Amino acid sequence: MKYMLIMRSDDAAVEAFKDIPFEEVIERMGRYNESLIDAGVMAGGEGLTDASEGVVVDFSSQPPVVTDGPYGETKELFNGFWILQVSSKEEAIEWASRCPLGPGSKLEVRRVTELEDFPQDNEWIQKEAQWIADAEAAKKAESAKKGD
Amino acid sequence: MDDAEAVSRRVAAVWRIESARIVATLARYVGDVGLAEDLAQEALVDALRQWPAQGVPANPGAWLTAVGKRTAIDAWRRRERLDHRYAAIAHDLENGLDPDAAPWDPDTIDDDVLRLIFISCHPVLAREQHVALTLRVVGGLTSEEIARAFLVPTATVQQRIVRAKKTLSAARVPFEVPERAEFPERLSSVLGVLYLIFNEGYAASAGEEWMRPELALEALRLARSLASLVPREPEVHGIVALFEFQASRFGARTTPAGEPILLPDQDRSRWDHTLITRGSAALARQDALGRGRGYYGLQAAIAQCHATALRAEDTDWERISVLYEALGRLAPSPVVELNRAVAVSMSEGPATALRIVDGLVASGALAGYHVLPSVRGELLHRLGRTEEARSEFVAAARLAGNDRERAVLRRKIDDVDAAS
Repeated sequence: MKYMLIMRSDDAAVEAFKDIPFEEVIERMGRYNESLIDAGVMAGGEGLTDASEGVVVDFSSQPPVVTDGPYGETKELFNGFWILQVSSKEEAIEWASRCPLGPGSKLEVRRVTELEDFPQDNEWIQKEAQWIADAEAAKKAESAKKGD
Repeated sequence: MDDAEAVSRRVAAVWRIESARIVATLARYVGDVGLAEDLAQEALVDALRQWPAQGVPANPGAWLTAVGKRTAIDAWRRRERLDHRYAAIAHDLENGLDPDAAPWDPDTIDDDVLRLIFISCHPVLAREQHVALTLRVVGGLTSEEIARAFLVPTATVQQRIVRAKKTLSAARVPFEVPERAEFPERLSSVLGVLYLIFNEGYAASAGEEWMRPELALEALRLARSLASLVPREPEVHGIVALFEFQASRFGARTTPAGEPILLPDQDRSRWDHTLITRGSAALARQDALGRGRGYYGLQAAIAQCHATALRAEDTDWERISVLYEALGRLAPSPVVELNRAVAVSMSEGPATALRIVDGLVASGALAGYHVLPSVRGELLHRLGRTEEARSEFVAAARLAGNDRERAVLRRKIDDVDAAS
């Protein structure tokens, strides 16, 4: 089963991180990621750029309102995620607890849905399966063009 | 979930992540893998007793290691005539006992885990002991879990592990990575054990279930770890690639009711494309080492042909035939030859393939192996020789080891009957 570790930090945590030399942050996170790879559980992950570069599309009103980030009342910012392939929820939690984060940061641990979680006779579920296949086809055609 | 239950699940998760490093660290100190494993297990029992009341320590792995070391020291202290050697070890151990001290030196730990893997697959042990010990001390599985995976009684697994530990102690196997001269052979033994574990999960050799993905995924996890430990060994990347490609099909290999779905009929959109990408990356890492593809690398290349074909009819059977031929030259085997026949039947037609299969039948090498009559039946069926095809499928169904495969063969018999 796959779990997503969703990283959220509040403003204080983001500010605190700015006091630590960038190399140190990179090294700590690098070691953590290496431990995930070495254990054979890392299935993927991405970090996000600063929230000030982002925008928010708010559906509280119609049509939705688009505002530049960072966003006024928001207490926590979402800034990255990992996907781990593990054997239990506890294992995912255990890995999450080892992440080198400090006060004001949180990791939310959520199971990634699998096709089995949805009714298989639904038209949209079947379409989605097809999209995945099409995306792979496009990727393959792209790499064939590059000649690898 | 009550507290004790929650803690025991937490302990299990810690154990799964840390057991190899705990046992490996203890083994370096006490010089005996069997003793180290016993000490680690005792520490685990202590954890289950203490953590519900005291809370889980900040660094549970270090805590378990420290308790294991403490137990070892106490045992030595109790000896009536404490010889100097033990006294020295006890002294060294005591100096490294603070569980909240800086984490262990990762490089030392990595070396220790590698030693542990090699010793679990040591040539003084039998293959079934390799499997049990590897899953137990490297994979952190319990005897119950191993027993369930291999459909044997728990007592049998425990017995295998106890005997294996005794054999290692009696042979005074040093806690070392093999020397250069024997390294290739020892590594290939380790890979052989992982391969066996994966295949037992991939195509269960007995019982009702056609596959036990947890077991195969455990082999994949161990192979990935091994690749991190010995990144310069091409075949380790080869076996990782092979496992990634094979595992990518787990979600598509059975119906919700557990019936097998064969490769050409699988819904390819259900393949795990993350794993396929990882498989290709692992194969590329093998190639980058510039020492060619070996037994596992060639199999991975074949699996890659399937994994990257968008539709069954896009499969490059010609390339697969060539790869099987190369595999057969490297490691001659009637099973490989049979697989080559299947590939040839797709690229050149059933008549050419039947000649290969008939050669195998004549050699008698695969007598009793249900896939041989099954493949032969398939070829005869395609050639329109339905009577002969039917009797081959009947023979195959009689030989098949698990119920799910038998059911597939019975369906083939029905198909033949319907066609004639």
